[in-house]
Amino acid sequence: MSTTPPPGDLPEIRRLDPVLEPGHTYASVTDKIAAVVLTQPPTTGWIVGFALSFTVVMVLFISLSWLIIKGVGIWGINIPIGWGFAIVNFVWWIGIGHAGTLISAILFLLNQKWRTSINRFAEAMTLFAVACAGIFPLIHTGRPWMAYYMFPYPSTMGIWPQFRSPLIWDVFAVSTYGTVSLLFWFVGLLPDLATLRDRAKTRAQQVIYGILSMGWRGSAHHWHRYQSAYLLLAGLATPLVLSVHTVVSFDFAVAIVPGWHTTIFPPYFVAGAIYSGFAMVLTLAIPLRKAYGLEDFITMRHLDNMAKVMLATGLIVAYGYFIEFFMAFYSNNKFDVFLAQQRLHGPYAHFYYALILCNILTPQLLWFEKMRRNVAVLFVMSLVVNTGMWLERFVIVVISLTRDFMPSAWGRYLPTFWDYSTFIGTIGLFVMLIFLFVRVLPAIAIAEMRELVHEQSDEEKS
Amino acid sequence: MKKEQGHDIYGLMGEFLTPEQILHAAAKAREAGYKYISAYTPFPVEGLAHAIGFPRTGVPFLTLIGGLGGGLTGFGLQYWCSVITYPLNIGGRPLNSWPAFIPVTFELTILGAATFAVIGMLALNRLPQPYHPVFNVSRFAHASSDRFFLCIESRDAKFDLAGTAKFLQSIQAHHVHEVSNAE
Amino acid sequence: MLDVSPLTDDMSDQANHKEFRIVQPAQDRRAERGHKHDDEDEPEDLTVRESKLDLAAVREKLREKSGKQYWRTLEELADHPHFTDLLHREFPRHAAEWDDAVDRRDFLKLMGASLALAGLAGCGLPDQTHIVPYVKQPDGVVLGRPNFFATAMPFGADAVGVLVESHEGRPTKIEGNPDHPSSLGATSAIVQASILNLYDPDRAQTTLYTGEIRSWSAFLDAAPAMTANVKATNGAGFRILTGTVTSPTLAWQIKKLLAQYPQAKWHQWEPAVCDGAKEGSKLAFGRYVNTVYVPGKANVILSLDADFLASGPGHIAYARQFARRRKLEGTNDSLNRLYVVEPTPSVTGSNADHRLPLRASDMELFARALAGKLGIGPAVALQGDAEKWLETVAKDLQSEHGNSLVIAGEYQPAVVYALAHAINASLGNVGTTLYYTEPVEAEPTNNLDSLRDLCADMNAGKVDLLLILGGNPVYDAPHDFDFTSKLKRVHTSIHLSPYFDETSAYCKWHISESHYLESWSDARAHDGTISIVQPLISPLYYTKSSHDLVAAFSDKPGMPAFESLRAYWTEASTPLGMSLDAGWRKWLNDGVVGGTKYAPIAPELKFSAPSLPTLKPAPADQVEYVFRPDPTVYDGRFANNGWLQELPKPLTKLTWDNAALVSPKFAHSMDLAHKVVARGGEHGQVRSTVVDIELNGSKVTAAAWTLPGQAENTVVLPLGYGRSRSGYTGTNKGFNAYVVRTSNALWASFGGQMTATGDSYPLACTQYHFNMEGRSILSTATLEEYKKNPAFAHEHAEMPPKDMSLYKEFAYPGYAWGMAIDLNKCNGCNACVVACQSENNIPVVGKDQVMRGREMHWIRIDRYYQAESATNDPASYNPSLDNPQTFFQPVPCQQCENAPCEQVCPVGATVHSAEGLNDMVYNRCIGTRYCSNNCPYKVRRFNFLRFQDWGTPQLKLMRNPEVTVRSRGVMEKCTYCVQRINNVRIDAEKQNRPIRDGEIVTACEAACPSEAIVFGNANDPNSRVAKSKKQQRNYSILGELNSRPRTTYLAAVRNLNAELEKA
Repeated sequence: MSTTPPPGDLPEIRRLDPVLEPGHTYASVTDKIAAVVLTQPPTTGWIVGFALSFTVVMVLFISLSWLIIKGVGIWGINIPIGWGFAIVNFVWWIGIGHAGTLISAILFLLNQKWRTSINRFAEAMTLFAVACAGIFPLIHTGRPWMAYYMFPYPSTMGIWPQFRSPLIWDVFAVSTYGTVSLLFWFVGLLPDLATLRDRAKTRAQQVIYGILSMGWRGSAHHWHRYQSAYLLLAGLATPLVLSVHTVVSFDFAVAIVPGWHTTIFPPYFVAGAIYSGFAMVLTLAIPLRKAYGLEDFITMRHLDNMAKVMLATGLIVAYGYFIEFFMAFYSNNKFDVFLAQQRLHGPYAHFYYALILCNILTPQLLWFEKMRRNVAVLFVMSLVVNTGMWLERFVIVVISLTRDFMPSAWGRYLPTFWDYSTFIGTIGLFVMLIFLFVRVLPAIAIAEMRELVHEQSDEEKS
Repeated sequence: MKKEQGHDIYGLMGEFLTPEQILHAAAKAREAGYKYISAYTPFPVEGLAHAIGFPRTGVPFLTLIGGLGGGLTGFGLQYWCSVITYPLNIGGRPLNSWPAFIPVTFELTILGAATFAVIGMLALNRLPQPYHPVFNVSRFAHASSDRFFLCIESRDAKFDLAGTAKFLQSIQAHHVHEVSNAE
Repeated sequence: MLDVSPLTDDMSDQANHKEFRIVQPAQDRRAERGHKHDDEDEPEDLTVRESKLDLAAVREKLREKSGKQYWRTLEELADHPHFTDLLHREFPRHAAEWDDAVDRRDFLKLMGASLALAGLAGCGLPDQTHIVPYVKQPDGVVLGRPNFFATAMPFGADAVGVLVESHEGRPTKIEGNPDHPSSLGATSAIVQASILNLYDPDRAQTTLYTGEIRSWSAFLDAAPAMTANVKATNGAGFRILTGTVTSPTLAWQIKKLLAQYPQAKWHQWEPAVCDGAKEGSKLAFGRYVNTVYVPGKANVILSLDADFLASGPGHIAYARQFARRRKLEGTNDSLNRLYVVEPTPSVTGSNADHRLPLRASDMELFARALAGKLGIGPAVALQGDAEKWLETVAKDLQSEHGNSLVIAGEYQPAVVYALAHAINASLGNVGTTLYYTEPVEAEPTNNLDSLRDLCADMNAGKVDLLLILGGNPVYDAPHDFDFTSKLKRVHTSIHLSPYFDETSAYCKWHISESHYLESWSDARAHDGTISIVQPLISPLYYTKSSHDLVAAFSDKPGMPAFESLRAYWTEASTPLGMSLDAGWRKWLNDGVVGGTKYAPIAPELKFSAPSLPTLKPAPADQVEYVFRPDPTVYDGRFANNGWLQELPKPLTKLTWDNAALVSPKFAHSMDLAHKVVARGGEHGQVRSTVVDIELNGSKVTAAAWTLPGQAENTVVLPLGYGRSRSGYTGTNKGFNAYVVRTSNALWASFGGQMTATGDSYPLACTQYHFNMEGRSILSTATLEEYKKNPAFAHEHAEMPPKDMSLYKEFAYPGYAWGMAIDLNKCNGCNACVVACQSENNIPVVGKDQVMRGREMHWIRIDRYYQAESATNDPASYNPSLDNPQTFFQPVPCQQCENAPCEQVCPVGATVHSAEGLNDMVYNRCIGTRYCSNNCPYKVRRFNFLRFQDWGTPQLKLMRNPEVTVRSRGVMEKCTYCVQRINNVRIDAEKQNRPIRDGEIVTACEAACPSEAIVFGNANDPNSRVAKSKKQQRNYSILGELNSRPRTTYLAAVRNLNAELEKA
């Protein structure tokens, strides 16, 4: 990659990396990206990866079947710890989802060109993460087959859900989030589906992409309405994405459990979500650009920016941790103070320290450009942050429950095999969906890339 | 004569290489007094819609309707459930605990607006529409890749096969294709 | 022995149909009921006569025949004159059909059955075509409304009168009988749980001969042969071994039997009853007398290792009287004062105002010292603070001359009892705070000597026929007696017991014993009052009572218990000045036989302390091993009772196991550690060090458990566990302390060796954490503090004002159900926990699930120590754990008005009723467990798995039909016994009147011996609950959360002695 300015250029202003390496034409970007889907045969790497993730999905199915047969008792949960891995994973997955929407919506509104080449698979990631997250609220109930009670439907008994419960808010927030993300994604895909349709070689491809593209012709009228719809969607998705994790944080903030009952939760959950989300985007982007030689489209500029976002959100999260402690001692509420001490000295202290290490200390490396530009470091870092954010949810959900108001009822939590298998199973599902996605849909928004090419040529002219 | 032309010819299509060219072409065509013009581009070209005389879309309005509808439904549903049809003493909270009803109201507002925006956009674009005469032009496949097309439809009063073709060439159309109605 | 499980299983459900069929007689009112079912159900007993033909003979006749001849033979056989007898015995019902000329079809059916029977060793049953519960409604029964029948549960030297709730003939719940002196309307955990034993699927179901199924009549036939050779010697080889017998009828039967066999002997053995009391009275008065205490009259009570509030005869009544003296309604009320000296914390000790941990074997020394202080014996000095303590106590006792009471402990030797008698006499307490009566036991005997003699005789081969009526000597006899090997020398041994247990395995015959709810009997209460024990249901299986078994050897074999009972009472009723027929109905109705209460006697004290030989106390530093019956499974007889196994023991809060209890200091010196395990944790699983205990030349391996308040050098080995043959629930739980228990040291023993093996054992402990972390959960004060500031309970609780809320409060204009629990009265006895379990169909989850923190009790009893401990870990030593003040707090659902659980339920499965109940809607619950997370009191229970046993038919009979049986995946919790509220409401509305105070009694309230729980309408200013809530001691747990619980507590007040405070 060429960061060194050509002679004659002004040396004192260091030129930013391009969001698209020069020398591309409308045709070349189209070919290159579409080829991945249309012409390139699946690489052995892809086949192996897909096979592996598929196996893990089978583990998920087994775990779920056993769960339905025996009941949630196969997990480590008990009284007082009524929520364990299931809810931890739910919050974690939902959080990961957020980056996708954020990139495609907020960065779009802020007119950040660099989002273009990553928003497509970031959004895909969102959808898949939400899919994984959605599994948990359903299966964590004692009687999953009755979960539909949570929806307001005219039952013969004339009974309705209890709308004061944050769990109901979750139902609406998550389903809305899923739907809107899907629409947003589909709208973005529409022109590219048309491209694939027009370049499809086999009949099957033509039919499938033909149907999906709905007869998109790219006429000026289409584009005009398309753009206003896309802009509106972006404008709607932005408050939505913020609201979703706020609502998720209400699950805890609204309860009276010490360690849950804090006003800092909404902002700090959202920040955490973006934090883990960007980490996951990196985790996916880095291997993806390598595997399909998309370095020209996902450039160092992208990685660098995402690293910066991680650093920023990481600091907000750190602030959240600090405020929790501050409020405990400032309010001098005996339960909060006790909890704060528990975090540091209690039986689960090591989790807390691990969390601090992963979420606060390690990311400080990102202050250094060298680190931000070292792909390997970034990749490892992204994994560390994902782990850290998972630990954060564990600390919040489980540790707060182990020691609340009645010392006589204090208990502890130890996950069982089935807790782990279910969690890993959803990771498998997520990876498998990603693998499918890169094979059947353009991982990068082609139409938007063409715009980039256009703008680039304008720049060169000027 | 025009009539039967009108029957088998949808219009004439000029192929251009760059956004600038098609913008310029569209402007010219308007000046030449053509009414039924449409342009096809691989990506949104700024000003093109204006150039072919297509001022505004209905999408924002629909979105507003959807949003309002969703919001009202949201709060209405909760109020009706919790206060009117199924009132219960829940932990001593008032029946109309409106602050607790805000999240759902908000989510449904977004949901309504978003669905209306997308469906509205598709509907106004007459999508899905699997068949359209322009697809009969083999080169049209490039409209989704690297070529820009300007189509003057046969129903246009000023339309005349030879003349319009000449006109298109005059505005540096790379190629001119006949768009036939029949497959 | 051959595996009969398939047979017995099959029989068990047949037994159920049987039960349904004979439901009707069980429904008819008392006398007729029992009478009917007896002759309807077992006419064979009445029609038995010497028979020349038995099954053996039938089989004999059929042996070599086969095919065609077979049938011919059968027909020959059918002509056989004695076949009728056989048929009568085996097929009472078909005997009828047989008598009036039957068609061939029926005949073949019968024969087929009888052959099957002959082949399968006698497990034939009448066909079950006519299971028609009610063709016409029996009088006295309204379908859906339970009937209550009075009966009594014989237990040791006592019997607890109970009223048993019966739904369509199925006893489902046990309540106390207010008219009965040993109950006064309350019950104990064991009494409550006894109903589970009735329905226990592991019960022995038929008569067995060397493990093969036999019919009762086969036994009756064999009986003469058994007695044949003892007849010759006037019964020289004939021995009867019973437990403590308080049944006059049984005693009368046995005595008649002994008259028949002059040389025969009657032995008695109760592993968990000490001879001290009996021998003590002999020592003091020269004869056996029974002591009845009146703690209600005493202002100062000293207990010398007596757990009189929670165990021993009359403890329920004593607890009631004691609690009434802890009533504290205003600053003018006075409290009694309780001093307890004991080696290991007991329920009584935990409720003491002052408690002194002292080795059990130092108790005699202490008693002598006390006698010295009171000037009725030589002065004896005690070491350390004990001396000071004793001085103060002595002074206090003397100051209350005539109103004080000294109680000697159940497990103390005769001398301590004798001294106690002397001391009480000198304090002028006799006649006021205690009185003497004739012994309650029908035949008071020194159990140990009695068993020793028996063993000697068995060893010498003198015993030819041994009748073991109940009990389980192979398991619980002192191991130096080596009962097992001696039992093998007995020619014919017959064991009557509810389970096929350790002893049964070594006996030739095993007779399955009927439950007290299935059989007729009678029993004396601690004050001598007799109750008639009447059955509520005819036996579920082929079981017999000791009356039947004794009768089998009498001159009237096969005489049913009911007949024996009537026969005895026709004699016994005359002195009562009441003819049997006049009295019978009344006795059964009242549950007591009027006028049988013993009159006080004034035995002359023939004992003087100075005459005692000087005592050589064991060195203070020596470790003493103490044997005590387990607080839940007692001496092991309840080992197979899931409710009791899962019931947290009052102090240790252990379930499903016993453990060697050690003092914190001792644990520290031996470094016996506890490790809280991540799965379950403080509320579930604790691993504790395993120790080998070598004692009295034998060894046992046990888990050690550190118990704050235990005497430093005392190790307690609870009896009743380590059963090797008890059933699915009870087998191989805990360790068997009997293994190291010898006759010379039945209750306390020295010279043991304890060594840590290095491994650890997981114990299921429901509450490991013992201090309150300075939270306003259980508030306490001394009487002085209370008098200074009666509202002390509110000092630290910042209860938000009612008008603080922005929203307007819900109004509860009608009834407002509420509960007040007086912590000053609650003694932590656990009766409420089991009562709740029985009333509300609460499942047993098993040790593994308890260790995961998933036990299901709707009401739990929290135990807190007043001790400063940095680690909250009893295992890490600190001096404040040596003798901490202990407090109990029952925690049911608090029924909060601002219930945090309701607000977070997404489906509205837990909602508030108009009367302020926090209702659970099981059908609506989807099991998110959010409510439990948000419950500050953690009283909600979740069915993590399918805990409820849907399969076992017996358990179906037991369930309370008025309470939903919950299945997997739903949340449940205390409902304030809403089913009881609604029953009363229906009655009240039928009579168009408001519900009266005290009309609704929740299960926990009903069971509570100390009247600590009061339930009622808080809106009615005159209701007991409203009055309680008006008291200044009244407070709610964690009031600052503003959850506004309907369950409130009256703070505990201890009446400390200022002088000891200074020390």
